[in-house]
Amino acid sequence: MSARLSVEDLAFGYGERVVGAGVGFAVAAGEVLCLLGPNGGGKTTLFKTLLGLLPPRGGRVRVDGEDTAGWSPRRRALAFGYVPQAGAGQFPFTVREMVLMGRTAHRGAFSAPAASDHAAAEAALERLGIGHLAERDWLRISGGERQMALIARALAQAPRVLVLDEPTASLDFGNQVRVLEQVRRLADGEGGEGLTVVFSTHHPEQAFAIADRVALLHGGRLARFGTPDEVITAAMMREVYGTEVEVVAVGADGMRVCLPVGLKRPG
Amino acid sequence: MAALLVAAVCVAFSIGAYPVAPGELAGLLAAKLGLGSAAVAPAVETVIWDIRGPRVLTAMLVGAGLAASGAAYQGLFRNPLVSPDILGVSSGAALGAVLGIFASLPVLAIQGMAFAGGLLAVGVVLAVASAIRGRDPVLVLVLGGVVIGALLGSGVALLKYLADPYNQLPAITFWLLGSLSAVNRGDLAALVPPVAVALLPLVLLRWRLDVMTLGDEEATALGVPVRVVRIVVIVAATLMTAAAVSVSGIVGWVGLLVPHLARLMVGPAFVRLLPTAVLLGAAYLLAVDTLARSLGPVELPLGVLTALIGTPVFLWLLAFGKRGWS
Repeated sequence: MSARLSVEDLAFGYGERVVGAGVGFAVAAGEVLCLLGPNGGGKTTLFKTLLGLLPPRGGRVRVDGEDTAGWSPRRRALAFGYVPQAGAGQFPFTVREMVLMGRTAHRGAFSAPAASDHAAAEAALERLGIGHLAERDWLRISGGERQMALIARALAQAPRVLVLDEPTASLDFGNQVRVLEQVRRLADGEGGEGLTVVFSTHHPEQAFAIADRVALLHGGRLARFGTPDEVITAAMMREVYGTEVEVVAVGADGMRVCLPVGLKRPG
Repeated sequence: MAALLVAAVCVAFSIGAYPVAPGELAGLLAAKLGLGSAAVAPAVETVIWDIRGPRVLTAMLVGAGLAASGAAYQGLFRNPLVSPDILGVSSGAALGAVLGIFASLPVLAIQGMAFAGGLLAVGVVLAVASAIRGRDPVLVLVLGGVVIGALLGSGVALLKYLADPYNQLPAITFWLLGSLSAVNRGDLAALVPPVAVALLPLVLLRWRLDVMTLGDEEATALGVPVRVVRIVVIVAATLMTAAAVSVSGIVGWVGLLVPHLARLMVGPAFVRLLPTAVLLGAAYLLAVDTLARSLGPVELPLGVLTALIGTPVFLWLLAFGKRGWS
C-alpha cells in the first residue's frame, strides 16, 4: 500500500529558530499515527508544519505522493482536516454554523454554502452522534461536546488526512474514551475508505488502544517510529521521559498500559 | 428592521420648522418618479429636496457605514469591544480631515485625507500590537488604539491652535463635535460612492468573515487566505469610516454599539449580521440626529448625543460583557 501521508527529512521551527530536523515517516490510508513526546519536544511545531501553518525549514511533506510545498490554503484544507486543541471561536455561533465552516474550502470565496454543503455538515454531525447539539450555542456547550463538534467540522471538510492536536487534553475520563473511539472509527471508515489520522497525546496507553503507528519525538528528533509494541518500551519511555516506567498487560484481552513506577509517596 | 427604518424616516421628515407629513413625502416621490403630479407646496418640496432630504439620507448612510465597519472590525479582531473609535481609525481620519480643513481643501480631498489618516492610524496600531508579544493581544490592541488615538488627538489640538480663529477654527470645532446640520446634496453625493464601494467586499466575503472570527490558524486550516482577506476588509471598513467621518465629523460609539445590538438580535453569522447592522445603524443615527435638531432651541452636536448614549452602554459591556455579550 502506498503512503497517504509521507514526511521526508523534515526540518521545522519558528522563523529562524529550528525546533526539529531529520524527521521522516509514512502513514497509509486507514492508519492511525500517534505522536508522543515530552513537552517542548516539537510536537505542536511539527503539526503546524504538516498543516502548512509554518513553512518547512527543510525536507518535504507529501500527500498521496504530491509535494505540498506551495499549495494554497484552500488546497491544503481539502487534503488536511485540523482539529485544534481548543477551538478559538469567541462568537456565539451555533454548533451547526461552526460545522458548516468546515465546508469553506469547497466553495468559492464569495459564494454561500450550497445544499451539498449543508448535507455534508448534517452528515458529520450525525456521524459523531451530536445531531442534538446542532442548534446549541458554541460558547455554552461542554469541552467534550466542543471537541466532538470540532471533529465533525474537520470531517465535513472531507479531508484525506485528519490532524488532531491533543484531542483528549482537558477532557474528563469518559469523554477521552468517546473521542478516541470516534478517532479509530474514522480511520477504519464505515464501508468506504478510512481517513489517515495523526494525533498527539501525553498518554502512551492511547497509542496502545487505537494507533497503528507511533512516532516518538524527543528534542526535535524522531527517537523511534514503528508499531506501538516496538516504540513504547520501558527502556524507551525511561530514556525519553526521564522516569521509571513499566509496561504491563491488563484485563482479559491483555491491553497494555504504561505505569509510572517511579511515582511513589515520599516516606 | 426595515419597518423601523421607514418609521424613523417618516418621523425625521415630520419634525422641524416645516413639518412634512408622510403623505406629502410619498406624493413628491411618486411625482419625481413620474407617477401623478406633485400635490405639494413648492416650499415643502424645497424642504424635502434640498434641506431635510439630503440630511436624512446622509444620517442613514453615515449610521449604516459606521455600523457595517464596526461589525467587520469586531469579527476581524475577534472582539466585541473593538470599533472604529477604539482602533484609532476615527482619530486618524479626524486628523486627516482637520488637516484638509486647515489647508482649505475641497470636500473630495478632505475625504481622501480622512481615509489616508484612518488607514495610517489602524496600520500603526496593528504594527504596535504585532510587535508586542506575550501579552493579551486584545488588550494590546485596545491600549495601542487608545495611545495612538491620544497622539493623533494632540495633532488635532495643534492644528486647532494654529488655525485661523475666525474662519477655520469654528469649522474645525464644529466638525469635531460631529454634526449633520450643514450637510448638502454635494456631501451626500460624495458619501455614496465610497460607502457603496466599501460595502461590496464585505457583502461578498460575508461567509469568509465568519471563518476569520476563529483566528488565523483555524481560518488558514479551513482554507481561507487570511492575509488577503484581512487587508481587503480593513481597507474597506476604513474607507467606509473615513467617508462617514469626513462628512459628519466625529460621531462616536455607533460602530461599537450597533453591531453589538445587531448580534444580540440575529446572532454572529455575518450573512445576517451585516444587513441587520446596516439597517439598525441607519435607523439609530437618523433617530439621534432627529433628536439633536429638535431637542433644544439650538441644535445639539450629534457626536455629543451619541457619546451620551454610548458611554454607559460601553461600560455595561465592559462590566457584564465577558461571556454575557453573546
